[in-house]
Parts: sequence; C-alpha cells; structure tokens
Amino acid sequence: MRPSSPLLAPAADSLTGGRTLLRLATAGSVDDGKSTLVGRLLFDTNSVLTDTLDHVELVSRRKGLDRADLALLTDGLRAEREQGITIDVAYRYFATPARKFILADCPGHVQYTRNTVTGSSTADVIVLLVDARKGVVEQTRRHLAVASLLRVPHVVLVVNKFDLVGYSEDAFTAVATDFALLARSLGVLETHCIPVSATEGDNVVTRSHRTPWYDGPTVLGYLENVDDTRLAVGSDFRLPVQHVVRPQSAVTAPWAARAPQVNGDYRGYAGKIESGRVRPGEEVVVLPRSSHAIVEAIDTPDGPLDLAVAGQSVVIRLNSDVDVSRGDIIAATDAPPAPIRDLTATVCWLAERELWAGARVLFQHGTSITKAIVRSIEGTLDLDFEAGTVPCWRPTSSLTLNDIGRVRLSLASPVPIDSYREHRATGAFILVDNADGWTLGAGLAGSTPLAAMPAAAPQSESQYPAQQGKPS
Amino acid sequence: MTTAQLRPLTELQALESESIHIIREVAATFASPIMLFSGGKDSVVMLHLAAKAFWPAPIPFGVLHVDTGHNFEEVLQFRDEAVDFYGASLKIASVQDYIDDGRLRERPDGTRNPLQTVPLLDAITEGRHDAVFGGGRRDEERARAKERVFSMRDEFGQWEPRNQRPELWSLYNGRHLPGEHVRVFPLSNWTELDVWDYIAAEKITVPTIYYAHERQVALRDGMWIAITDVTPARPGEVIEMRSVRYRTVGDMSCTAAVLSNANTVQDVISEVGLSQLTERGATRADDRLSEAAMEDRKREGYF
Repeated sequence: MRPSSPLLAPAADSLTGGRTLLRLATAGSVDDGKSTLVGRLLFDTNSVLTDTLDHVELVSRRKGLDRADLALLTDGLRAEREQGITIDVAYRYFATPARKFILADCPGHVQYTRNTVTGSSTADVIVLLVDARKGVVEQTRRHLAVASLLRVPHVVLVVNKFDLVGYSEDAFTAVATDFALLARSLGVLETHCIPVSATEGDNVVTRSHRTPWYDGPTVLGYLENVDDTRLAVGSDFRLPVQHVVRPQSAVTAPWAARAPQVNGDYRGYAGKIESGRVRPGEEVVVLPRSSHAIVEAIDTPDGPLDLAVAGQSVVIRLNSDVDVSRGDIIAATDAPPAPIRDLTATVCWLAERELWAGARVLFQHGTSITKAIVRSIEGTLDLDFEAGTVPCWRPTSSLTLNDIGRVRLSLASPVPIDSYREHRATGAFILVDNADGWTLGAGLAGSTPLAAMPAAAPQSESQYPAQQGKPS
Repeated sequence: MTTAQLRPLTELQALESESIHIIREVAATFASPIMLFSGGKDSVVMLHLAAKAFWPAPIPFGVLHVDTGHNFEEVLQFRDEAVDFYGASLKIASVQDYIDDGRLRERPDGTRNPLQTVPLLDAITEGRHDAVFGGGRRDEERARAKERVFSMRDEFGQWEPRNQRPELWSLYNGRHLPGEHVRVFPLSNWTELDVWDYIAAEKITVPTIYYAHERQVALRDGMWIAITDVTPARPGEVIEMRSVRYRTVGDMSCTAAVLSNANTVQDVISEVGLSQLTERGATRADDRLSEAAMEDRKREGYF
C-alpha cells in the first residue's frame, strides 16, 4: 500500500534553482473528514515516515480498527488527545518535486473564526471541505465568508466522502452548483471543486476510476498547478523598513569575504518586500513623510539585484539623504497609501476579553506600532446567513471572541495604510493590549469584499454599510 | 548582477527571506536577544542566516551554548570555529559546573539532556535576555507543529500551549511582561530536507560527524549508540566498528547514529529524502521516554 520510494525533489544546487513554495489553510466542519484528508495528503506524498506510521498503526489497532486511521497522523498534543479536541492551528509540511507546501491545519469546531482567520492570513489557497451527503452547509458559508474577507486568492472545495454517495455525478453537480453561487455572492475570485474520498484515496493524490465523469485535477494536482505568479509580482511595491543599516564598522568576520565590499559611509534600509517588485533607478516614496528618492541599489550579501520581488528580504539604498527610519514604508510612487489618522476597518476579535468603544490599544502595522483609540463599533458581521443571501452587519456595542466587527479607529500618528482588498500585507494590522501584550484582534483596513447589505433599520448600519469606509 | 526574476521565489529563497525577516524583527524590537548555538546543523544554518540578515554590519547579539559536558569533541571544536567564522561572541552555560557544585544531580539513566533546562534558564535570567533564538522546526515533532514563531515563556520558562497568541500575516508580536521572555524560532517552516538543501546551496560547513565515518558503536534499543568514555557499553552489548553518521547532534548519552555511507552533502540529501524514519525517531532516545516527551520538556522551558 505504501509507495516504494518517496517523491524526491531534485537537490537544489543554488537558492534560485528548485521548487516553489505554496501556503495552504484547511477549513471544514467537524466530521467532514479533514484530518483524514490531510493524513492522506501526507501519507500519499510519502511525507509520513516509518516510526510515525508505526505509532498510528499501533493506536489504530488498540482502537480495534482493521487499517491505519490516517486521521491519527495529525494527532496533536496530549491535552487535546485527553479531551478529544483540537486546540489550535497546526502546521504540516509536504512536498512534491514541483512544490513544497506549508499547510495550516485549522480546527473546525473550537474557535473556528480565530483559527480560520489565523490560517487564512498567510494562505495562497484555502482547502475547504464538505461532506458529499450534506453539501454546502452553514459552516461552509462561514468559512468561505472568512476566506473572502481575508482575500485568499484561491479556494478549492473538496467534496469528501464520495464513496458514501456511490460516486454519483448528480450529487457532485448539485454541490458544485451551490458552491459556485455562494462563491460569486461572496466575491471569491477563483474556485474549483473536486469529488474525493479521503479514506479510499479517490482523487486526493491518485486519480480515481470511480469518478469517470470528473476530468479535473486531483487535490494534489490542483495544488501543484495553482498559478502563483500573480501572488509574487501582481501588486504595487511596498517595503516596510525593519532597520537602518549603518554599520559603525563593516563586518570583518571571515564569512564576509564572500559578500560584496561596502564603503565606510554605507547607509541602507533593510526589510522584506511585502508586495510588488522594485528595480534600481526607479523612483519611490518614503512614507509617512512622503519624501521621494531614486533606488540606487538593491543589496544582498549574495550580490546586488537588478530586480527584487515580493517575499524577498533585501537592503535598499536610495540616492538622496532622505530621512528614513524603522516603521517607514518605501512604496511605489504610483498610488501610494496616504498616511491617515482615522480609519474604518474590519476587525476579527481574537481575545476572550471584550472590545468596547473608547478602548485604548496598540496598533501594529508593517514594522510600526502606534497608539490607537477605538472610536466606535459600527456592527458585527452576522455569518449565520441563509443560502442565497450574504452576511450583513448587525448593530452591536462590543466585540467578543470570534466576532468580526466594523470598527472606527483613531491613531496617535499618521500611518500609511493600504486598503486590505488591494494589499493583503500592508492593509493588515493587529491590535495589541498595551498592558499584557496579548494579540487582541486582526484588522483589515478599508472596505470588505463581502456584498453585505445593511439589515433593516438600525442607524449604525445604514451609516456604515460594508461597501464603504475606505481609509483616506 | 543576478538575472531578473519575474517568477515566484523558490522554496529556499522564500524560507531564507522569511527567516531573515524574523531575525531582523527580533533585533529591532528586543533589548537583549541571544541565539542558542550548539554547533548542530540547524543552529549553524540559523547563525548563517543571522550573518546574512545584518550584513554589511556584524551580528548584533551573542550566541549561547548549553554544554552538557557529554558533547562530541568534533562538535565542540566546530562550535568554536563557526563562532569565529561568523564573528559572533560565545557564552557557555555548563551543565558540568552545575553537577560539580551540587546544583544539579546526575540522573540514574545517565541522560543529561533534561538537565540543560536549569542552566539555560539561569543564563537567560543572568543575561537579562528578553528574546532567545532557537533552531526548532515544526516538522520535528508533533508538539512543535503548534509552536508559534514567537513563543511566549513565563518567568519559569514554561510554554502553555493553550495560552499562545494568534500569529497573523508577518506581524510578529513580541510584547511581554517583565520577567517573561520570548523564544523565537526562525526555522519554524523548514524541514530536515530544506536544511540540507540550504547547506548544499549555501556551501555551509557542518560538523564532520554529520557525514559517514568509522566509529565504535553498540546497538541499544534498536539505535546505534557511540561507545566512549562517558557512554560505555552496557553488559551484554557487542561493540562494533561501523560506518555511521549523525542526523542530530546532542548529548552523547541520548543521541544515536545511523548506519550510513553518505560522505557528501548530496549523499546526505539523497539519504534524508529516502529515509523512512523521522529525524528524532531515528536518533533521539530522549523523545522515546514517553509519548509526550517533547511536550513535557517544552512546558518545563526546554528548547
């Protein structure tokens, strides 16, 4: 049953050769078979090794099962096993010769919003599960709404347990049609549906001959071929400055002999490019002061670059002595984010304590931290929406754990914030408790992509429908 | 100039940049970070990343080795060479000192790994270190799969899995109360194979015991244990000369070798890719103590 040799990637002989990286997050309700699907992906890509499998087989036998329960591969902490629950997002790794995958395995039942928001924040693809017998259910709508809010570029719907509906094409068509309607109403861009039986292995890694009417890819085939070029270079250039590199003396350690030599008056700005790309000679703007400069060079210890793209950690040198410090953002001159002190945002509340208007919190964005006051809480997103409708804002005076709220904030100093819809990295922020440092909320600046209409009557909703409230 | 790249980053580029971003965030936001350094492959990769993160300036923090007194001589020698090569300053917390003056007592089973926790926490307290880099990876063990990149520890160095902060986008929150510190794991998203691929791509030197060599070993509980002065053979064990290498480097009393003829990085990469045993399962006796061994040690403030 086990493939005899693993799917080996060609050994990398340089940083620029080799496979790419894709980040996934799972979502699904209890009993949709998510653990089994993840276990199957790990098992069929040979990412599970003998001693782990021995353990799973031992436990399966102890439970009286006649074959290994692949769901046990994702078995977590002892506290969870004892209580039969999953506490938290777990990260799994598997790879094929084409790609490496980082999978944020998000538990479906406990604190689903907090976990799904966390997993989705970095995801390129959401792997959303439904039970073929049940189709699109309330939990599917919630998860897809969260994926839409978080602007995850791709969603793949895994219609699982197909063995239990006799591999029926009609059952698949019905679910796929429902899902396409839902995705369109929630503004989700790219979706795909796959009929799967995770326990039997149909269409997870190997194509099933029991679904001859399905001619699309398997789950793994889909993940290997999702277009990720747009993810890397599709947006405007943004680089939050982590620190100013101004060495008192250049590094003299022996390793540096392999790096370029620098002048004594070196001055550069270190950071990771969060979106877009940049070339030497291009004009950029340093925010929030809005000073303009030309990129003189993009430095790395491996040598200068003539092009750097999203995801790369670099040091940027500018041609003029503009004032740049940690917390600033170097941005493309075309439509840079305006530094603002007042904004409306969607906030996913992640803490047990409640949020009330008037609260004083810390606002962490890019590489900057600013004091903030919550001016008002406009509403909370009602995710218990019916099929054929979209979520709407309900009036509220406070946010509690797992609420998604519409919040107006004032900042102590101007921050160059993008709209999250266009810039996931520089439109995102977290709210932090000033006293104990706890991460309270995840914020998405500007309007939400959900086509939520205000519910009847309450004035707070008519004032702040979901489509409005862009920063600036 | 390198060639233009209008395609997504490769896996190794993405992992390197993510780790460098994490290391830079820590240096910029904490008062007194320190990096754990054992001379093992993960810690060398982490130190290499730190050197690249701050170039053309030197690494702005020191490194700390918790020496159990049972380390491989080759590894200790390598440790000192690597620290010089990357221009870091080394501080050593010695388990042997603690045993010699009675603050710690040798365990009946002779394993010293669990004894590292106290000298580690003392060194963190004495150095007033508010951030401690560790080379832990999430693929190593299931308790690690849920660890954050920024992992909060209380005054007792304890990890509370139910009390972790959500970690979103690349916004790392290192705020903490006085007395608490943050463990930071820049290699969280790397796998064993990634580490070796990176060692190959970057031509990083690792201790010789990671490559095949002849050594006196005995088979104990299905694992090949080196027979040395501090780890003698037990009654009934047959001492053999075998070609072995180590997949992890730790205390001699609980780190086992694997039979191997892998002499080069490429050989090791092929072997790791083909291996049917997880790194820890193959070579770490301490993780076999109980089903939840790592979880227990993490809670107590272990790496």
